[in-house]
Order: sequence, then structure tokens, then C-alpha cells
Amino acid sequence: MPRRDDIQRILIVGSGPIVIGQACEFDYSGTQACKALVSDGFEVVLVNSNPATIMTDPELATRTYIEPLTPEFVEEIIRKERPDALLPTVGGQTGLNVSVELCEQGVLSRYGVEMIGANLTAIKVAEDRRQFRAAMEEIGLEVPRSGFANSLKEAQKILERVGLPAIIRPSFTLGGSGSGIAFNSVEFDEIISGGLQLSPIHEVLVEESIIGWKEFELEVMRDLNDNVVIICSIENFDAMGVHTGDSITVAPAQTLSDPEYQDMRDAAIAVIRKVGVETGGSNIQFAVDPSSGRMVLIEMNPRVSRSSALASKATGFPIAKIAAKLAVGYTLDEIPNDITLKTPASFEPTLDYVVVKIPRWNFEKFPATKPLLGTQMKSVGEVMAIGRTFQEALGKGLRSLEHDRTLAEEAVDPERIRENLIQPTPLRLAYLRLAFLEQWSLVEIAALSGIDPWFLFRFREVVQLEEELAASRGADPDLLRKAKRYGFSDVRLAQLFSESSDAEGRVWRDAEVRELREKAGIRPVFKRVDTCAAEFESYTPYLYSTYEAEDESEPSDARKIVILGSGPNRIGQGIEFDYCCCHAAFALKDAGFETIMVNCNPETVSTDYDTADRLYFEPLTFEDVMEIVEKEKPQGVIVQFGGQTPLKLALPLFHAGVPIIGTSPESIDLAEDRKRFGLLARRLGIPQPEAGTARSVEEAVGVARSIGFPVLVRPSYVLGGRAMAIIYDENSLQSYMASAVEAAPRHPVLIDKFLEDAREYDVDAVADGKRVVIGGIMEHIEEAGIHSGDSTSVLPPDESDLDPAHLETMRRHTRRLGLELGVVGLMNVQFAVRDEVYVLEVNPRASRTVPFVSKATGVPLAKIAAQLMIGRSLDELGLTVDPKVSHCFIKAPVFPFAKFPGVDTILGPEMKSTGEVMGVSENRGDAYARAQLSAGMVLPRTGVVFISVNDRDKPKVTPLAEGFQKLGFRLVATRGTAAYMKRAGLVVESVYKVKEGRPNVADLIKSDKIDLVVNTPLGRDSRYDEKAIRRACVQHGTPCITTLSAAHAAVDAIHALQREKISVRSLQDYHELKLADR
Amino acid sequence: MRRRALLCLEDGISFEGEAFGAGGESFGEVVFNTSMTGYQEVLTDPSYAGQIVIMTQPEMGNYGTNAEDVESRRPFVQGFVVRDCSPVFSNWRGHETLDGYLQKEGIVAIADLDTRSLVRRIRSQGAMRGGISTEDLDPTSLCRKVLQWPEMKGSDYVSKVTTSAAYDYPGERPRYRVVAYDFGIKTNILRNLSRRGCEVTVLPASAGAEDVLDLKPDGIFLSNGPGDPEPLQGAVDNIRKLIGKKPIFGICLGHQLLGLAFGGKTFKMKFGHRGGNQPVKNLVTGKVEITVHNHGFAVDPDSLPESELQLTHVNLNDQTLEGFRHRYLPVLSVQYHPEASPGPRDSLYLFDEFIQMMDQA
Ligand SMILES: Nc1ncnc2c1ncn2[C@@H]1O[C@H](COP(=O)(O)OP(=O)(O)O)[C@@H](O)[C@H]1O
Ligand SMILES: Nc1ncnc2c1ncn2[C@@H]1O[C@H](COP(=O)(O)OP(=O)(O)O)[C@@H](O)[C@H]1O
Ligand SMILES: [Mg+2]
Ligand SMILES: [Mg+2]
Repeated sequence: MPRRDDIQRILIVGSGPIVIGQACEFDYSGTQACKALVSDGFEVVLVNSNPATIMTDPELATRTYIEPLTPEFVEEIIRKERPDALLPTVGGQTGLNVSVELCEQGVLSRYGVEMIGANLTAIKVAEDRRQFRAAMEEIGLEVPRSGFANSLKEAQKILERVGLPAIIRPSFTLGGSGSGIAFNSVEFDEIISGGLQLSPIHEVLVEESIIGWKEFELEVMRDLNDNVVIICSIENFDAMGVHTGDSITVAPAQTLSDPEYQDMRDAAIAVIRKVGVETGGSNIQFAVDPSSGRMVLIEMNPRVSRSSALASKATGFPIAKIAAKLAVGYTLDEIPNDITLKTPASFEPTLDYVVVKIPRWNFEKFPATKPLLGTQMKSVGEVMAIGRTFQEALGKGLRSLEHDRTLAEEAVDPERIRENLIQPTPLRLAYLRLAFLEQWSLVEIAALSGIDPWFLFRFREVVQLEEELAASRGADPDLLRKAKRYGFSDVRLAQLFSESSDAEGRVWRDAEVRELREKAGIRPVFKRVDTCAAEFESYTPYLYSTYEAEDESEPSDARKIVILGSGPNRIGQGIEFDYCCCHAAFALKDAGFETIMVNCNPETVSTDYDTADRLYFEPLTFEDVMEIVEKEKPQGVIVQFGGQTPLKLALPLFHAGVPIIGTSPESIDLAEDRKRFGLLARRLGIPQPEAGTARSVEEAVGVARSIGFPVLVRPSYVLGGRAMAIIYDENSLQSYMASAVEAAPRHPVLIDKFLEDAREYDVDAVADGKRVVIGGIMEHIEEAGIHSGDSTSVLPPDESDLDPAHLETMRRHTRRLGLELGVVGLMNVQFAVRDEVYVLEVNPRASRTVPFVSKATGVPLAKIAAQLMIGRSLDELGLTVDPKVSHCFIKAPVFPFAKFPGVDTILGPEMKSTGEVMGVSENRGDAYARAQLSAGMVLPRTGVVFISVNDRDKPKVTPLAEGFQKLGFRLVATRGTAAYMKRAGLVVESVYKVKEGRPNVADLIKSDKIDLVVNTPLGRDSRYDEKAIRRACVQHGTPCITTLSAAHAAVDAIHALQREKISVRSLQDYHELKLADR
Repeated sequence: MRRRALLCLEDGISFEGEAFGAGGESFGEVVFNTSMTGYQEVLTDPSYAGQIVIMTQPEMGNYGTNAEDVESRRPFVQGFVVRDCSPVFSNWRGHETLDGYLQKEGIVAIADLDTRSLVRRIRSQGAMRGGISTEDLDPTSLCRKVLQWPEMKGSDYVSKVTTSAAYDYPGERPRYRVVAYDFGIKTNILRNLSRRGCEVTVLPASAGAEDVLDLKPDGIFLSNGPGDPEPLQGAVDNIRKLIGKKPIFGICLGHQLLGLAFGGKTFKMKFGHRGGNQPVKNLVTGKVEITVHNHGFAVDPDSLPESELQLTHVNLNDQTLEGFRHRYLPVLSVQYHPEASPGPRDSLYLFDEFIQMMDQA
């Protein structure tokens, strides 16, 4: 069936901000869909609230809207753009949900928009557990036994059928909150009662637990001709009970015999047909009882998913791209396989390697929550590694994570090991290793952990090899070769060789291991991912390293540049950096270079084999990068786009003779090293907050006394604002220091004067060594002290509220620093402004805000920077004046608090947000309202606002309260705050604090009597109280603002909401308007 | 210490690896299979007689071997080549390790070598003779022996794998009587016929056409089997006599023999098709099936009488012929393996079509 000609214009709905469970895999899928449809002559209208995505690049779609993904806004876009069709399946759950709402509200039929890919009925059958179960029973497939209950009694009745342990899932709670596993009846009653209360419709699903079974996923595709193919099978290393997103997963499935696999395949095909997904990809999850082979169906996602991105990268079969083509009428056999060129897409990829995906978590940022893995996803990113064996892929994956968490081996209590095997945590491999070192039997470990014995056996082989290696001290080249084939890194080998070294206690360096290896001729080769296990020739250089005989990389002798990616997403380093890497590839390709991407993050656009000319799916460590560089011999290597990951490699690579282009590694070090940078700033006469370092409690107290409280403290060994704290008094400083010294005795603690009530600004600039052009200056709504990544940023700054001299000073400092550091490419400077302008830090690299600024100004900073790095000048590129913006662009962060029960939602110098959104409008209030809406904070237009602020903020609370009153809000406050307001003649109702009695403020929130909360942190004493308030807000979905400045912005926003009717404008239009302005 | 083994190809290239399975020396045509599961079915498929099989999926043996997943009475491969053979297995049906099974069955095998490189070589040079040895680790000497091994083209392997005597395979609620020629038949074909109510009598490849007709079958089945169809002139003659007498269904070698019986020609493919992911288009319905293949020879579609035969299936990867039907006689034939095992079961409907032919006859 050929391309449909009855549709012209297609609306694609993106997935919004990066949140846990929905990350840049949907930028990958959306980008693929856009590209596929546009190249096929369709007009694409795209909507997504996330500015950090490639898909929202104005070149990618015909019309690009960065607007909230709510039915109202999307309806307005539909009204304006009149698309013929809507593709709901490439924007994750968010895209799907919005599309369903539009369909159910009749919007689609009103405007004659056809839903393509999956229709409403199919989505409903897949998503509604009741309908799904019924449908599966009709085709004879088993699902776990379960039942819905609206009361504890009903639940207990179902429990009789289902048995303990039981899985409990409250219906329609935010982020799956309230779900859990009950192992005994007391726990059962507790979780049910909690769940019923949390569920807005007082309903819970009680389900048979099949914890410990094997978990599998199949990625399935179907076309309009009812051809169905399986793209990839994935087996979870972790048993059922650990969310697939939190599981280590392996492709292809490893422990299924052919009849079992075929049963699963048949079932998957039956499911996609029964559910009625007409075209495109679906993800189907299965569980298999290891003792009997009984197979049950867990769920089906009628859309592309995180796993389909993984499957695409694992196989070389681009699921989202093909899904888009299928949605517009093509059949699988009409679409060519990009990699083999000669064969069609109607086949099932076959792998001659093993792929391992490992999640990465950020639990350390949420110390109030226990790092436990369960049925709710908690990881923030993942890596994928390819090897010829499971062990090799696992080893490569572990080093791709960029942290080697090895537990101290001595004296681990067996009871602790046991607990950790039963209840997995991010350290599960470490505990498995300990169990093996302690000679626990495979059978016992399998029984406790539920992990399949095959995986355990393979892992035990690795642990045993470690011991052999340690004993060998590098003397045995055969063993060394074996170790490399098992995925050991040079760094790990150096550790092992040092461990049981000779009497002199020789400490090995990884360079020595490398030397040893080179001498013995142990070097990796690169093989291709080709979808077909070498049956057909591959025309796409998609490569991975392994220790085998034959190399297939066939490097060209073109002029080429290597771009180092940013590795796994984590809080503080996410999609923004991938965006920059992709842009570098696009720009350099245009400039006539061969581009070579190195990255290990399967979710990203950068690891699409289409993005750069060549793709190395490899860990971003010194060892792995060096092997690639030596193979490719590029003219240049770019380290400044991938965030901190490649930046850390700058100096070592440089010393190894690698041609780093752009800002020199020496300058990078100068900017990154706080001490060296401090000296530079002093020399240039650029003020910085006073600072000192301390290694002991006494030293710290000394420093603090000399610079004065409050101070900002941070251990020097952590990056990304980890463990930073603001300290107001000596007592707190003493206890902070005591624990910091205990944790890392050798590392000093950095102590800065904390600038209270300072405004923070972020500046992004590009420089060519001679000239610095400022891409944008962003004002933070929150004051300094709240991490720039967690602040709401406004572009341009509100000049009426800022001394123009300060603005000029920031520009001057930025230019000065850029020239002085010899920046070639991107740089980011953070300022705090109070009485004067202080520089907080300079990042000689792409920053989180580059995509935001580029979208706002229409000036593609990353592309320009890439061109500067290959020797072009800003003059040549015609960028000599700082770009201006003609509207108000606001970037707002999105937080994962709902996923971490018990954590406080308060913001501070340590970054907590996972993603961001953009709001744009002519006026600031409206832009802020849109940004908040996109970030999931639905500001009320009217109602009751609860205000409770700390003593420092009390004097300033009156104007805020007045603002709310003018908007028609009723005021409620705690006693102290209320007193202030009353004195100013405001009408305000007081309410109990949580500890004062009942009904208190938390009760009011829970019973829907409060529509908006403004609560600034009051300090230690009332921490419990506030936390209860803020948690209640998270659970209840009540917007909660924790700074006065943000509250003021909210007043403006609500004002805009009350006044303005929704209107939308595409990015293309914004940029055109700006041109017209000039 | 692990035993070493050597694999040599006729072009002189050799790979050292680790021995598993039985010790000794073994020669054959070296081919590769891209199925990710089902190594035991591959091993026991008689069509692999005379061949050393490389599995492209590197991790083999993970789920062990068992008594059920067999396609015939024993493994028929000449040798087995994998990247990695698991010393342990994990599966509720698993019974024995792959290594143990191959040892017991006397199959020489080699692991821990760059199988992808081997496969790429075969893809570019074509299928070659080769040998595995755990005794002679000298490449020059082993290569010499490889060259003495007969070429696949022109060899008759069927006589080595076919049953020595006729036997019956019972049907479930039997309604049809089917006579099957055993050129190297896979058990799952028999299971599929049986499941559809066929009482099957399996005859040796040498059985005459009269022997078949004497059994008064409702339908005749021509099985898969190893090697080159051309030397099997006797079988072709028999088939020619049977065409039109009773409904006939041919699979793989059976299909090639049918092609020859209709006056067509067969040819040796460069390296053949072996695996479970080949897209085949059914030209009648327009649908694409994901199919299981195991063949090194194919029927040249241009050599077939167009007036008699309708081409029904074509391979979308390389446009080779995958199936035909007679325009008015009850003859149905496919190059690939609808019985799957191992591999996808998209094409089981062909067995139903055979049943329909018998119903209509
Ligand atoms: N009945 C069950 N017993 C044990 N674990 C389960 C059960 N159902 C789901 N799980 C676990 O919970 C995870 C999430 O469940 P799933 O239904 O896939 O929801 P989601 O939509 O979050 O992916 C699964 O990956 C699986 O590990
Ligand atoms: N001296 C200071 N006074 C006030 N706030 C500060 C000071 N130093 C840092 N901050 C705040 O802490 C945040 C993180 O500090 P920064 O030095 O930028 O570390 P990171 O490397 O994590 O970005 C900043 O965004 C700013 O809000
Ligand atoms: Mg799931
Ligand atoms: Mg910063």
C-alpha cells in the first residue's frame, strides 16, 4: 500500500519535559518521525513544551509550537493549523494522553483530524487494565489474577483469590504513587487504606504478585496490511518486581528456548492484533515462571517507548521512523532497511552481539528516600553497551555509567548481603559480587534475588576472573586478553593488579595496563551493528568495540571531527548536552567534515545512526575514546558539547596527543579549577564571593568567621552541586564538617560567602578567541542559592527592575573572561548581583541553557560554536552583535518529587530537577503561566491561597498578599504570617500549623480547600511542619511555590491567565517577527 | 586446561578456538545460521548433513538441551561453530548442557573464535568447505585435508539421512492418509501433519512411485533434506509419476525436486539462506511472512513452465523463488520451512492449504 495522498498536514505531539520514566527517548522518536514525514513531503506541525529537544528545532518541522501539552493549547494549535491527521504515538504517555483527551472532547472530529497510528479504541483497550484483561482473556492469554476494590473489605475479598504477596496499584494517582507490594496482611491493609485514600476515585487494583519471575519485553511492529514483525526481544536481568526501567536488561533474550520464544512471539502478535494498534510499534511485556514456563502478559504500550528506543539502538532498526512511515500508509515491505539498503524493513533483525542496558539513578540527591528498587521507576538515565558476549557488554556498560561503585569488601555483614539480595538497590551488582566472594552458592543467590542462574553464573565468572587477575599482577598476557574479552577496563585492571601487589605495594596506573596490552598486541577491533548478523553488507558505519580478530571500521581518509557525547542522563547533565552534540554534528557535516559521534546513551538523538556520519556506541572513558581516536585519526576532537563527561577527559586526551579543538584544555582547566580561577578573577578585578578551603572543623570555623555567615559549603570532590549546603551558624557548620571530613578525609571543603538576597543571572556566549558574542542573559526568578538548573529563567531580563550598569558589567565581565580564557566555542557564566556583580562560576563548555537561548533568539549557538572550533570567525559567520529577543521566554524546571516519597520539595544549591519547559509570550506573566502549566503546575485563576513565609520574608509578604487579593483570592495564613498581613489591613484567615492542632493546613490541602500554596522555608524548627505541607501538595497536585520571587511571578501569571484568552504562535513566526523588528 | 581446536576453510584461512563437544576431526561445507534461538533444532535438522554450521548469535547453550526440541533422531551437522558455549544452562526444560550433548552425540565443535569474521568471509566468498580438528592444529595440514573433502554440489546426502525402513507417524483424530518421502524430514513437519489429522507413512527416499500409490494416500508430502537436488534423479522421476495423481506438498528439497520434475533447473546459491528472519511475500495475498530457511540451492523461476505453474512466494531480500502452485493440479510447494522449529510460525497455514487440497481432491 503506498503513501496516503489524502493527508497533507500532520500534527505530532511531543512528550514534554524530561521526567523520570519519560526522557529523551521521545526526542529521538519524535525527531525521527518528523524527519521521516517531512522528507516524504508531508507538512508537520509539532508541539512540545520542551525547548531542549532536537525535535523543536525550527528546521525540523513546518510549524513548531513550544506550548503546554494540554488539550486547550493543542486545540488552539489545531484550530490555527488545521492538520489532517494527528500522530499520537511518538510522544510517550504524555502525547498519548493529550491525544486521547482531544479525541474524547470531540476536538478531533470537530476539526476533521484523523488519529493515525493507533485509534482511540486501541489506546483504551491497551491502557485500561480492565478492558485489557478482558481482551486478553478472549484470545486465551493469561494475565496475573487481579480485581478492583473500592473498600478494604472488597480488597480483602480479592486477596483470598490472589494471595500474598500482592501488588496494589491505586487508580489514577500521580506517578504511580501509593502503589506497593504487600507481603503480609497487616501491610496489605495499610497499603490498601493508603491507596484508597490517594486514589481520586477511591479505587485500587489488587493483583497477584509474580515477583521473582523472569521478565521480558518484545518490540512489535504492524502495518496496514496486517504484517507483523518482532524487532527485538529484551530479557531483564532483574526479576519481576523491579520495573523494566530500573532493570538491567539484555537483548536478545538469553534464556528462552525456541518454543518458548515462539510462544511469546505468537502471543505478542495476537495482542497487537486484538488491541487493534493499526500501524506502528508497540511494546509488550511478559513474565515467565522459571519453574514451569507459565507465561503471563504484564502490559502493552500501544506506542513507541523507552524500550523501543533501546531496541532501535540495539538492532539498528529505527522503530519510530518506520512507525511514522507506516502511519501514513506505507507497508513494511515498501520501506528499505537503511543499513543494508538492499533489503526491506519487513524482516526481523538478528543480532550477533549482546546488548546490555544499565540504568543510572540519582538517589543521593534525595537522601530522605531509601534507594530501593521496586515496581515504580526511579532511574533518571541509562547506558547501553554492545559486546560480543553478555559479560563484555556488562563490563562496558558498567564503565559507561561513569561511576565505579565498588563496596568496601572487608567485613560486610552476611545479613546485609542477604537483605540486599532480596530487596534490590542500585548497588545490587556490588552485593552479588560480595555474595560470590563469600562463596555463597548460585542456587541460594538465585533463590534470594530471583535473578536467573544463567546471568548469575556469567557474573560469577567475572568475579572469579577478578581474583585470577589480581593474583596474576598483569604477568600473564593470555589472561589479560581474556580480561579484555570479558569487558574489563584498563582502570579496573590497574585496580586489580594493585590489590594484591608485591610487597612493595606497587600501585598500577591504567596507562601501564594500556602499555602492557599494547605490547602484547591486545587491541580492540570495531564491528558493525547491521540488523542482519553480517548476512548482508552494511553501508552504515554503526560501530562497537570488541576484542576479536577482524576490524570492520574502515575509517576513511576524509577530514573528520570526533564529537564526544554526554553519556547517561543524570540530574544536572541531560538532553541539553545531547542537543548540542547533535548540532555540532549537523554544522560540521554542512561544513564538509566527516562527523564521528561517540556516546553510550541509547535514549538520545546523537546515537541515531542518522545523526553523524559515523557512530561509535562506546563508553566515554579515556581508554575507549583513545582507541577510537587512534583508529580514526581525526583532525579534531570536540569535548565542550557533552557536558562534564567529555570535559573531564580534555586534559588526559590532550596529554596523550589528541587534537582537542576549541577552547584549549589548559584554559578549560583554568576555568574549572576553582582555585586557579579565583586567582584569574582577582587579577582581572572581577569580584567573586569571598572564599576559603578547610580540611578540618577548626579550619572551617576559622574561614567562616573571617568571611562571615551565611556560607555556602561544598566538598571539593563532587560535581554538579552535590552535597552543597547553605549554613547560617557555627553549630551547623561543625556538624557539616564533621561528616564531610569523615566521608572523605583527604578532600578539602570549599567555603564561600553566601550572597543573601542576590539575583542570579546566567549568561551564554560564543567566542572565537578574538570576539565574544553574548547569546543571552537570563535572569533567575529565584534568588541566588537555588541552583541555576532549578531556577526559572527569564530571557530577556526585566530591565525596569535592574540597574542597567549591572547588565553592562555582566556583559563586560563575560567578554573579558571569554577573551582572557581564550574561549573558542561556547561558554557560560553565572553571576550573582546584589550591590555589585559577582561571578559565581564560568563553564567553558555548552551549558544547559544553550538550546533554550537558541530557540528564543533563533541563533543556533551550538552550530556556530562548532564552526568557530574548526577555525571560522564570528565575523565570517556574520555574528558580531549580541542577538536580541523580542518576546518573553521563560524556562521552568520540572522536579521528580512525586517519585520520591518522603522527600522535601524545597530548593537549594544542589540541583534536583530532571527537565525543563519553555513558555513564551509577549508578556512576562503569560509566559510564566505557560511555563508553569507546561511544568505541570496548574495555577488557579481564583480561589484560596495559603501563605506561610519565614521571618526574613515576612516584611515583604504584604505586597504579595495584596497582589493575590486584588486578583480575587481569599487569603489563608499561619499565625505569624497572618499577623503581618492583618497589620497591613488585609483580610486573612489564620489556620493551624501541622503541629498546632486540627484541622491544620495539611488537612485543608488534602480536602481541596486550598488552591495555591506559598511557603518559603522557615528553617530547622518548623522543618517537619513545612515538609508535611509540601508533601501534601505533591500528593494532591496542589501548586506549591517556595520562594517569594516565584510567588510574585505567579501573581503576574494569574493576572495574565484571568485576562488573556489562549493564543499560540509558532517558533517560526516568532523568529520572523523578530526579523521584521530589525 | 581447555582443549584447543582449529577451524580451516578451503581458501586457506584458519581460526583457532576452544574445543567443545566431541574431540576429533570433521569436514563439511561451512555455512551460517542467523537464528537467535533453536540451536538444538538446527543441530538435529537432517538438512544440515554434510555441513559445519556457524551460529551467528554468540551466546549458545544458555538454555541447555532436552529430549523434546529435536527434529530427528540425532544431530546431523558435521560440526558446530559458536562464539561462546555456556558451560551451564538455565531453563526448566533443560536437561543437559550443549557441550555434554554434543560430546554424547559425537559432534565436533569449536568456540571462542571470531564467528562474525568467518560469516563475513563466507558472505563474500560463498560457502566453502572446511574442517574442524582437535587433533591436527597445523593449519597447512588441516587445509590440505579440507581440500580432499567432496564438494556439496553433486553430492547425494539424502541417502545418508533418509530412514532405512518405512514407518508410521500416528495422526490425531486421523482423517487423512499421507505418504511422506523422507529426504531428511524434520519431526515438526510430522507433528504438524499429525495435528491436522494426518496419519503419515514415512517412506525411504528410494521408495518408488508405485510404493507410494499402493498405500492409497490422500496426499503426498515431499520433505526437506540436505544438499544438491540434481543428483537425486530417481526421486525426480518418481515425483514426475506422482504429479496429478494425488495432492502433493513439497518443502525445501522437496520443493526443489518438484521444480526439477516440472522441467525446471536448480542452482547453487552463493551462501544460501539459513535463519529465521527471511521476509517472503505471498504473491496471492500480498502479505509478508517471516519465514525459516535452510537451503543452499534454489529453483530458477525462469526455468519453470509458466503455463503450468503459478509463482506464489518470493523472497523480498534477494527476489529468489520461494514457492509455487500448479495452475490446475493439486501441487503446492515452498522453498522455506512452514513447520518453523526453530523460528517463526507465520506460515503454518500452508499445512492447512495442503489439507484443503486433500479435501477438494
Ligand atoms: N503482578 C506483578 N507481580 C510482580 N511484579 C509486577 C507485577 N506487575 C508488574 N510488576 C513489576 O512492575 C513493573 C511495572 O509494571 P507495569 O505494569 O509494566 O507498569 P508501567 O506502566 O509502570 O511500566 C514491571 O516492570 C514489573 O517488574
Ligand atoms: N556565593 C554564593 N552565593 C549565593 N549563591 C551561590 C553562591 N555560589 C553558588 N551559589 C548558588 O549555587 C548554585 C550552584 O553553584 P555553582 O557554583 O553554579 O555550582 P554547579 O557547578 O553545581 O553549577 C548557583 O546556581 C547559585 O544559585
Ligand atoms: Mg511496564
Ligand atoms: Mg552553576
